Amino acid sequence: MSRLSERPAAAVVGQAVRHESAALHVTGRALYTDDLHPRTKDVLHAWPVQAPHARARVTGLRVRPAYAVPGVVRVLTAEDVPGINDAGVKHDEPLFPSEVCFHGHAVCWVLGESLEAARRGAVAVEVDYEPLPSIITLAEAIAAESFQGAQPTVQRGDAEAALARSSHVFHGELELAGQEHFYLETHAALATVEDDGRLFVQSSTQHPTETQEIVAHVLGLRNHEVTVQCLRMGGGFGGKEMQPHGYAAVAALGATLTGRPVRLRLNRTQDLTMSGKRHGFHARWRVGFDDAGLLQALEATLTSDGGWSLDLSEPVLARALCHVDNNYWIPDVRVTGRVARTHKTSQTAFRGFGGPQGMLVIEDILGRCAPLLGIEPHELRRRNFYEDGQTTPYGQVITQAERVQRAWDQVAEDGDLARRRAEIAEFNATHEHLKRSVAVTPVKFGISFNLTAFNQAGALVHVYKDGSVLVNHGGTEMGQGLHTKMLQVAATTLGVLPEIVRLAPTRTDKVPNTSATAASSGADLNGGAVKDACEQIRERLAHVAAQRLGVPAPDVRFSGGVVSGLGTEHTLPWADLVHSAYFARTQLFAAGYYRTEGLHWNSTVMRGSPFKYFAHGVAATEVEVDGFTGAHRTLRVDIVHDVGDSLSPLVDVGQIEGAYVQGAGWLTLEDLRWDTGDGEHRGRLATASASTYKLPSFSEMPPVLNVTLLERAHEEGAVYGSKAVGEPPLMLAFAVREALRQACAAFGPEGTSVDLASPATPEAVYWALQEARAGHDPEVEAGPGPTPPEADPAAPTRHPESESALQHLSEA
Amino acid sequence: MTRMSPAAATTAFLTVNGVSVPLGDSATPHTTTLDWLRDRGLTGSKEGCAEGECGACAVMVARAGTDGTATEWVAVNSCLVPVAALDGQEVVTVEGLGAPDRLHPVQQELADRGGSQCGYCTPGFVCSMAAEFYRAGRTAAGPEHASEPDVTADHEHGPNGFDLAALSGNLCRCTGYRPIRDAAYALGLPEESDPFAKRRLSAPTPARPTRLVADGAEFVRPSTLAETVQLLADHPDAVVLAGSTDVGVELNLKGSRPPLLVAVDRLPELRDLRVADDEVRIGAALTLTEIERGLGGRVPLLARLFPQFASPLIRNGATLGGNVGTASPIGDCAPALLALDASLVLSGPGGERVVALADYFTGYRESIRQPGELIREVRVPLPLSALVAFHKVAKRRFDDISSVAVAFALDVVDGTVTRARIGLGGVAATPIRALRTEAALEGARWTPETVTAAASVLATEGTPLSDHRASDRYRSAMLGQSLHRLYAEQGTISRVAP
Repeated sequence: MSRLSERPAAAVVGQAVRHESAALHVTGRALYTDDLHPRTKDVLHAWPVQAPHARARVTGLRVRPAYAVPGVVRVLTAEDVPGINDAGVKHDEPLFPSEVCFHGHAVCWVLGESLEAARRGAVAVEVDYEPLPSIITLAEAIAAESFQGAQPTVQRGDAEAALARSSHVFHGELELAGQEHFYLETHAALATVEDDGRLFVQSSTQHPTETQEIVAHVLGLRNHEVTVQCLRMGGGFGGKEMQPHGYAAVAALGATLTGRPVRLRLNRTQDLTMSGKRHGFHARWRVGFDDAGLLQALEATLTSDGGWSLDLSEPVLARALCHVDNNYWIPDVRVTGRVARTHKTSQTAFRGFGGPQGMLVIEDILGRCAPLLGIEPHELRRRNFYEDGQTTPYGQVITQAERVQRAWDQVAEDGDLARRRAEIAEFNATHEHLKRSVAVTPVKFGISFNLTAFNQAGALVHVYKDGSVLVNHGGTEMGQGLHTKMLQVAATTLGVLPEIVRLAPTRTDKVPNTSATAASSGADLNGGAVKDACEQIRERLAHVAAQRLGVPAPDVRFSGGVVSGLGTEHTLPWADLVHSAYFARTQLFAAGYYRTEGLHWNSTVMRGSPFKYFAHGVAATEVEVDGFTGAHRTLRVDIVHDVGDSLSPLVDVGQIEGAYVQGAGWLTLEDLRWDTGDGEHRGRLATASASTYKLPSFSEMPPVLNVTLLERAHEEGAVYGSKAVGEPPLMLAFAVREALRQACAAFGPEGTSVDLASPATPEAVYWALQEARAGHDPEVEAGPGPTPPEADPAAPTRHPESESALQHLSEA
Repeated sequence: MTRMSPAAATTAFLTVNGVSVPLGDSATPHTTTLDWLRDRGLTGSKEGCAEGECGACAVMVARAGTDGTATEWVAVNSCLVPVAALDGQEVVTVEGLGAPDRLHPVQQELADRGGSQCGYCTPGFVCSMAAEFYRAGRTAAGPEHASEPDVTADHEHGPNGFDLAALSGNLCRCTGYRPIRDAAYALGLPEESDPFAKRRLSAPTPARPTRLVADGAEFVRPSTLAETVQLLADHPDAVVLAGSTDVGVELNLKGSRPPLLVAVDRLPELRDLRVADDEVRIGAALTLTEIERGLGGRVPLLARLFPQFASPLIRNGATLGGNVGTASPIGDCAPALLALDASLVLSGPGGERVVALADYFTGYRESIRQPGELIREVRVPLPLSALVAFHKVAKRRFDDISSVAVAFALDVVDGTVTRARIGLGGVAATPIRALRTEAALEGARWTPETVTAAASVLATEGTPLSDHRASDRYRSAMLGQSLHRLYAEQGTISRVAP
């Protein structure tokens, strides 16, 4: 067992403790970024001038009328930018654009003494636009060959040849919609200028370091002149990984120009119309099976809707390609990816980061092909599971196949699936207008940033003279319980009671050069760093304790706030030891560092072992569908999920449940619609409010939701034997979509293959079940069909900065 | 602006968490209660959507009890209600319920059970949950403090009588709701010493006449109906405010800044509920919650409708007068009231007139209501038809806007349809009656053949459009399907759609 994963007796990790801020949350005392401005003097408020065109050249901008509005203090335009007028890292996101690239794109920002004044000032700004042709839908982009960035291919063997020799070959298409993050807290920033022109920016950001870097480059400052702090976020889900930077930069620019604090908070409509979302995808595929239903070959082209700029679209696409196998062994594979450029918001990270879209492709294929093969869908899935020693299409070796199988068996047993399938058959036979079905789907999700360099983290741990502990680390708290886990890690490593450990807000002047809190890696990476820092302090304290206890330093033990020694009855209270250590001139603080070992990845050829490990889970979902309307509800969900040895079971179960429901929302309810017509509102987001974009509410909560953490799941080489949990369970929700497909099929004759739109809204389900009733010919067709399009040879290769830097290192 | 006696704005105040807080100079007629609270440092309440969909801004207001107590704690969306509308009234925010070192029982259960993750929606959940916690009619059906609630027994109510629907206007993006439900179901009954429980025993502070002039606009709460209609007649651009569930959205999202807001929600003339021999009379300013409780199921079609109408947070503010007054084609009350053959009593400076609801709508968000006229009362004639149903088709099961709404009120005597009234929403510029379908049904035998024939007629009623909610094709299909469903279910409530 590695030192990192070894868990001491009486560890604080593993205890089901409540969220570290729970008491603050429930009493309204927890502060979020936009709660700060009523506590700050002389704040200015920002309001954007949003363009009413999907694409247009800005031919005139007159800000003078805004200054006539009482309370307007300043209008920020491109001319005010002292540094680089760009909000991204790809230099394709002008902060103040001369050509607007989506409906709602902010042309400039108005600062006012009140939000009302800024709002009225924004109405008064006059902008001339020259509308330009726009591309809104993915289909339009594909037809126009409007792509951006690299077009990578994951390839193994000869898919073409394997298809040719497969007994059963099918082809089809799938279009799946994106998703709005709808964190309850919209984007927010508060910027203050300090005495010598330095900036202090409070931002609701998952990536304080990158927010700092963007603010600095917009203002033409060095990074050390900008400090970014994130108190906590009211939800992030990936939506605050790249997207907060521009808003923080606008606030910082305003503060610099006016000398006053500037608050910028998007209201919900602005957030919906301006910030990026989960990528919708289109897939065209061909698949081959043998007579036993074993997958032989997959050939596919995945096209994501990137929106107007690249943002994180390339890594999102890479993860989609790396997850198109989900948990299935496919001998010969060729999957190509492309990012479409459309005139919509710039789509970005969202929990799962392309993984869900990639995995949905194979789950959709299996769900549609099972009836054509005459094999029960759950049986078809199980037969194709990976075995240890097999490799993924990109070359990573499978080592924990047993866990998926074990979770699968446990779900079948705990969920009593055999009995319930019989009951459902009986129910369906006796109900003309209602049909039920239960589906089971697996998840295998790679943990680590694909991009190796991001897999590092830092921490700064202080022990004060009274024994109290303050933990800084590079991760941000967005509700996922990272701070709670870090508190437990620190208390475990130091052997102290959790009550004396506090977590500090995340700040770039405490821990520099941090990676985004993303890719589910927050606890793995920062946990390693916090543990490292605490171990340094513990080692130093052990020497002090050794003298006081009269034992060798290696024999000193820290546990539960008591310091003891092997072979002595004498013990020391933690606080006593710390107090005396100070007077013995012992350094009571430490910087910790962690990097994930054993990763390698070449993003140009899409090969390597990019993941430290895979997280696994299995879900069974039973649904009921109303044949009159397509309305549906989930009756029961059973989940077994692999979180390793849980760091914090209450947090982990909460992540699994929340991710499942969020995934179910994406697949069955949440419905982004843009105006795709040729009228004056072309490109406008038609679902730009909470009343038109519907999230799951209480009515979508499954009445029975059983979540079990997989036992015997110690993860060697991860902090205290745990596994990441943030993203993987989102994809457990595939089970609800497949259950809906099967329930629709139950309205038709035996063996009906159902095409189900995504999201499977009541209307989509209604049309699917109507087609099943009519016994239609599925759109999945036998035969190889047309070859999916290949990558454009002229597309740029993807060669991220960190990889070239590493290459220079190895060449040097 | 008006010649009313000004109840000076300088004396306007709210009682917030037990402390009297003057409205202050910064408040304008358009300032929402949420912004006002937050500007005073009470930042627990959050803005999540600014249109009453997410409940992150929920606070409790003390109002006259409808549950057997003198005062009831009612949860409302503070983002929708202008603060001036609460002049003189009592508000409790999440900060007033408890503190980290002395958590309120609701806060304790939510904290202990993982009911908060990011915590942003939590203050709103706390307030919605606390209001239900204090509902006098809530009684423990099973043992109190059941360790693990038996969720399979009743999806909608806990063993402690907690009505889960009380939380349906609050959105959480993190938890998936299960721990919040468990927290709600673990609550006991309030202690006798609980100050909020005790407060229920004495009368609420009534809304008082108010006038606030600021920022070039005026907010007025007149004290009588006569004053109100005169004011409306004198100011054709005045906006009538009842629960502010619609006006609040216009203020927040559309940036409307009406020069005059006239609050009518507490006018006694608009707050009467009476079941007479020949008709049911419903005051236009009663909230839907008040109507639902006051009717106690005596109008089954409305009893079917109310749980499907938005959320309790909205129903605690929304009124029949407001829902019909906006003349929206997708308001859910109108189809039901059309099927009930309801009429409206319009009060104006010149007196009152009674108009059939079927004659009321003239176009998209237009009606025959004249400037100065106010809907005072809704009348539903008795006796009621026996076979009723309210079918709402939407993306989400609850708290969604209808793609299509169909209300049926049929009489079937000896196997023959003797009378049919069908109200439709979402398929035309106004709510409409399905007159051709009614004609196809009346006098026909109530058989599958009749239903099939009439359903094909119903599917051609109206002029449905395609939009982000549904396609025109689906809307038409749903019209036809609704009659099939009515026949299949014979008026019982479907297991799938509510």
